[in-house]
Amino acid sequence: MATFLGIDYPTLWYLVVGAVFSGYAILDGFDLGAGAWHLFFKKEQSRRIALNAVGPVWDGNEVWLVIGGGALFAGFPVLYASLFSAMYIPFMLFLAFLIFRAISIEFRSKEEMRWWRTMWDVLYSLASILLSFLLGVVLGNILLGMSIGENYEFAGSWLEFINPYAIMVGLTTLALFMMHGAIYLLMKTEGRLFTKLTILLRQGIIFFIIMFSLTTLYTLIYIPHLSDDFKSNPALFIMPVLAFLSIANIPRLANKRKYRSAFIFSALSISMLLILVAIELYPVLILSTIDPAYNITVYNAASSEKSLGIMLTFAAVGVPLVLSYTFFVYKTFWGKVQLDETSY
Amino acid sequence: MDVEILSRIQFAFTISFHYIYPPLSIGLGLLMVIMEGLYLKTGNKEYETLARFWTKIFALTFGIGVATGIVMEFEFGTNWATYSRFVGDVFGSALAAEGIFAFALESGFLGVLLFGWNRVSSTVHFIATLGVFLGSMFSAVWIVIANSWQQTPTGYHIVGEGLNARAEITDFWAMVFNPSSMDRLWHVWQGAFLAGAFLVLSVHAYYLLKGRYVEISKKAFKIALLIATAFSLLQLVSGHSSAEGVAVNQPAKLAALEGHFDSLSVADMYLLGWVDKEEETVTGLKVPGGLSFLLHQDFGEPVKGLNYFPEDERPSQVNAVFQFYHIMVALGMLMIALTVFASFQWWRGRLFKQRWLLWAFVFAVLAPQIANQAGWFAAEMGRQPWVVYGLLRTSDALSKAVTANQVLFSLIMFTIIYVVLFLLFIYLLNKKIKHGPYDENLIDKRPKQKDMAKLLNSKES
Repeated sequence: MATFLGIDYPTLWYLVVGAVFSGYAILDGFDLGAGAWHLFFKKEQSRRIALNAVGPVWDGNEVWLVIGGGALFAGFPVLYASLFSAMYIPFMLFLAFLIFRAISIEFRSKEEMRWWRTMWDVLYSLASILLSFLLGVVLGNILLGMSIGENYEFAGSWLEFINPYAIMVGLTTLALFMMHGAIYLLMKTEGRLFTKLTILLRQGIIFFIIMFSLTTLYTLIYIPHLSDDFKSNPALFIMPVLAFLSIANIPRLANKRKYRSAFIFSALSISMLLILVAIELYPVLILSTIDPAYNITVYNAASSEKSLGIMLTFAAVGVPLVLSYTFFVYKTFWGKVQLDETSY
Repeated sequence: MDVEILSRIQFAFTISFHYIYPPLSIGLGLLMVIMEGLYLKTGNKEYETLARFWTKIFALTFGIGVATGIVMEFEFGTNWATYSRFVGDVFGSALAAEGIFAFALESGFLGVLLFGWNRVSSTVHFIATLGVFLGSMFSAVWIVIANSWQQTPTGYHIVGEGLNARAEITDFWAMVFNPSSMDRLWHVWQGAFLAGAFLVLSVHAYYLLKGRYVEISKKAFKIALLIATAFSLLQLVSGHSSAEGVAVNQPAKLAALEGHFDSLSVADMYLLGWVDKEEETVTGLKVPGGLSFLLHQDFGEPVKGLNYFPEDERPSQVNAVFQFYHIMVALGMLMIALTVFASFQWWRGRLFKQRWLLWAFVFAVLAPQIANQAGWFAAEMGRQPWVVYGLLRTSDALSKAVTANQVLFSLIMFTIIYVVLFLLFIYLLNKKIKHGPYDENLIDKRPKQKDMAKLLNSKES
């Protein structure tokens, strides 16, 4: 089997997909988080500033989802096909909310009427909340495993996706994004909105810590296989420790009002949590609750080596390019939001 | 209704709706690059005003294009799982390339294009516009390549059997340059340029008719007319070349396009007509032997008809394929006639004097839109019963885990959302057009001196 730096291609592609989704969670995470807070801002001016804090970047951030979806389709077609057709209803709702969010941002500022703006504000905020929640529900179900049967076809009912664990992971994801989004908004605002956000952030951190502790406890007690790797390999134990330290650092930095550093650590925490997920899942991508023989793994779901080789080349060339113009865009809009005639 | 028909309706509906927007984005992108380029070159503020105005309309089309595009990417997996497993290895690299090279480029620079007018220099802004335009062009490249591979698969081999069979890539460049990809890419690009150019023509013709923004509208109209004329004519070339490819690679589709049934006989070409599938006849206005001539430059050369192919290896909706194809061709001819005539009038110096011609352009915006849709319908329905030509049947390509009720739910959901979305789009487009190219804060709101004088006089008396 072809390898690069001693890692086989399917595993490499697993890392690429992981990196893309972690990029998506960090970037769209703050958009969604900011959206989730939207109705907490009461003044028209505050809402406009909050909206324009994500205005120029949310679309670019959503690209990471498109790339992630493409990367799954390309690299792990079996996983892509089975997961998406199994979770048909959740994914369809996810698509509907993505559309609602996009058009709310786009259409809100087009009319002055109060009912018009309120309508889009509510839709924008609800869509952001439900998108975050649904992302967590999908993740929760992947962690739990699902009724995968013969030919890696889903053989259960979609109702099995509504379970306590998935809902907990959903709420944790929402809390994580809300914390992340509040920190982002703190970097982009000033004055009274800034002051209000300092209070909201405190509540967001509490919400996250409660949800995160509950989910962690539940995982350790009821889904013991999700911590096997860490138990059997003490060296790996450093990862959860680092993740906890990184999370603990966020309230510390927030109290010191060092929001830029806090943002770095909340971004870091998101990727650390996803790394924990990635370590625990590997090499199984979706555990079959029917028969382990039907487990969808990195190897039986992967495209051919030839195909993976081509895509790895694309990624090696493309990702630095994407990062460079993402950086350029952020640099252009660096600093506090200033409204002008091109704003939403 | 069963899962297959519902999934097909849903895919057709969501892709048709999506395809209103990307061609507009690509076409308007080209116009914006030219307008902004002219501004950089000449320093004439009018070009900047035009570029800014069209950027706002572009933002609207782009936003809806992105939102409805993600739906397409997800639907492969949700509704067509067997297809996704089959093509993933081949199709995947094209889709991944689209995401990483094309879509990231356009969406990355979009922020600067829309919100960066006051933040970056005009040269940097121009680069951003160019980046967005090139990104949208590249998007078309990868999507058309993937679709063309489904029409004319090359550079692959089949691994596994039955339900587990899947195509694996053996030669990336053979996949990219499959027999139909380049012809179809030109055809799609040019169709997109026409969509954008005709929208610009329509809006500025309307302004000219209303006597608003006359000077800049004349400039914009001329730029768009040049593009529309050139690409209407070039579309004939790529269309012909594409049809020749279909004759070689997908003869059953070609037969359906012209409603040609007899297995091996001289084929006619219809200007318009109606296909009776039961009787295997076409009633209409035809050029006898026309298709034979177009393909072989000989009116007597036989062409394979539908009956040459087994019943289950040829499209069943012959009349629909025939009609869509003929609508596309007819509209193509109409666009050529209109743009060539207008260019002639321009040359004679009477372009803006004929109000009927301007009115014609106001409504002609629909022509490229309908032609683009009809062309895709002909191409995709003509490929049936295959989803990957000769390799995978549409009926086998479905998701086995999905039930008819689930698809019905999502179909109703998308119908409601898209109808609302379309109404909003039309409403906002209309509003932006009515608002015009000038920003409120640039308009001089101070009362004019003569109005003031009138007011004062009336007070005195």
